[in-house]
Amino acid sequence: MKVTQLTVFLENRSGRLAEVADLLGNAGINIRGFSTTEAAEYGIVRLIVTDPEKGRALLHNAGFTTHFSQVICVRVPDEPGGLARVLDQVADAGSSIDYMYSISFQNICFAVRDIDRAIELLADKVTLLTDEEVRAL
Amino acid sequence: MSASSPERLAPDNAGGLMWEPAAESLPTHQLGELQIQRLRTMLENAYANVPFYRKKLDAAGVKPGDVSCHGDLADLPFTTKIDLRDHYPFGMFARPRDQIVRVHASSGTTGNPTTVGYTRADIDTWGDLIARTLAAGGVKPGDLLQNAYGYGLFTGGLGLHFGAERLGCTVVPISGGNTERQLKIMRDFGATALSCTPSYAMYLGDAARDRGLRPEDLPIRVGFHGAEPWTNELRLQIEAGLGIDALDIYGLSEMGGPGVAFECLCKAGMHINEDHYIAEIIDPETLRPLPEGEVGELVFTTLSREAQPLIRYRTRDLCSIISAPCACGRTSVRMSKPIGRSDDMLIIRGVNVFPSQIEEVLMSIPEIEPHYQIVVDRKGYLDVIEVWVEVGEDLFAETMGDLERFQRRVQAQIYNVLNIQAAVKLKEPKTIQRSEGKAVRVVDRRKGL
Repeated sequence: MKVTQLTVFLENRSGRLAEVADLLGNAGINIRGFSTTEAAEYGIVRLIVTDPEKGRALLHNAGFTTHFSQVICVRVPDEPGGLARVLDQVADAGSSIDYMYSISFQNICFAVRDIDRAIELLADKVTLLTDEEVRAL
Repeated sequence: MSASSPERLAPDNAGGLMWEPAAESLPTHQLGELQIQRLRTMLENAYANVPFYRKKLDAAGVKPGDVSCHGDLADLPFTTKIDLRDHYPFGMFARPRDQIVRVHASSGTTGNPTTVGYTRADIDTWGDLIARTLAAGGVKPGDLLQNAYGYGLFTGGLGLHFGAERLGCTVVPISGGNTERQLKIMRDFGATALSCTPSYAMYLGDAARDRGLRPEDLPIRVGFHGAEPWTNELRLQIEAGLGIDALDIYGLSEMGGPGVAFECLCKAGMHINEDHYIAEIIDPETLRPLPEGEVGELVFTTLSREAQPLIRYRTRDLCSIISAPCACGRTSVRMSKPIGRSDDMLIIRGVNVFPSQIEEVLMSIPEIEPHYQIVVDRKGYLDVIEVWVEVGEDLFAETMGDLERFQRRVQAQIYNVLNIQAAVKLKEPKTIQRSEGKAVRVVDRRKGL
């Protein structure tokens, strides 16, 4: 039941994450879930993709430093208390979680320095969600 | 006897060969006598033909004929790079231009370059000195040298070229760069020896590995690497990467280029061609000669060069001289690898730091890729030093905590050795500038402040 996760080292430079997504997308590899960690100068991107072996080879050849690791994926009931029940089970099993993120996404959320400007520039290029729309998902 | 006749070669005791066995194993007292005799001839040449030296020697109250022992050297004036720049282009030549068969020049990054002239006899001598260098690594007639030093005004390319031809090698004048072609020609032609800068040798080893080539797939067995300072740790990496013996060679354009000193296969310091150059080590502050074995600035006096005799030329390279006999059987003294230059020593918050010391720390950490850069800047009144290293797959682990622990570990090791706080910056692979010529290891942004 172990799932292979692809991890990539990235310097904090504009467009680097987009390059990773482009490389995978152009090769027909779908990203099922991902998370980023932040630091001042570099970060780690964790990815669950449809073809991790091919994805890793692709990124490696493009000069990225990559790593494979094993993670656990769990279905979470989409209802109040759904996540709490899963976490209680993990805690009861005595495991402490190093990191966690959600996968099988259709929507992402992210923070930027200048949010108003970003919204203005993105408005007619991607589908932005309002606060109400997100609550109603 | 033809220049490349093999009877000229004799084995040394280290697995290499001597190109000029009589000169290379001349008993020390005879070598000393030869030096003084050649020094007098050289001073006569400089005094008679170079107005700059006539003035300098007159001011010092020295007549060429007065010099009778090595102690008299200390009475002679120094020559600096500034003197050479001031006499650009041909003011330091001791021969009329029509007797100069070639001119090289140093890469002058600021102002005029410094020029170096050769007579026919100078070119011949230079060829012999390079032939000695190559033979010491076991290269003999019939070997194929891939010469990846740059050809042009730089002395490395043509210097190695003529020396290898004199020894009787097949020379491939491929020059620097175009790594794909380097690796192809190396295998297709069956190159057995390589000459290039150490950083390019490292780069070639990486490139071979990236293409799935193992060291045993490459026919070369010995490399000659100079023109930039490098450490023993880097030697081990080059040797592992290409499957060769990597030997250090030393020279500077002002002394005619490579061929001033070279390593034998003992790899224990570079033999100075003492029948052609007298070496001294001085304190760069007081300019006084230092006792044997101490580290100081290397100073050379040419003994045989006709076109451009130089008296006590200050190289700015910092090293020591070893006069204990070498196991190879050569009688010349050896110079240690330069640990830095008296003019590129960094002073970080009052602490003297040589980039080579940082390199040694980095190379002792196996996960670190061999490419790095040192960036020095000033924030407010404080000097700050950053060490940039690349995160390869040996180092990269799962969590930010691992990377941060690694940064702290490198910082602690640099602190232990150098007593300075350096910030270690992690970079993506292949983002630190590679060089196909001289590596840019230090960026000092304080300059011009």
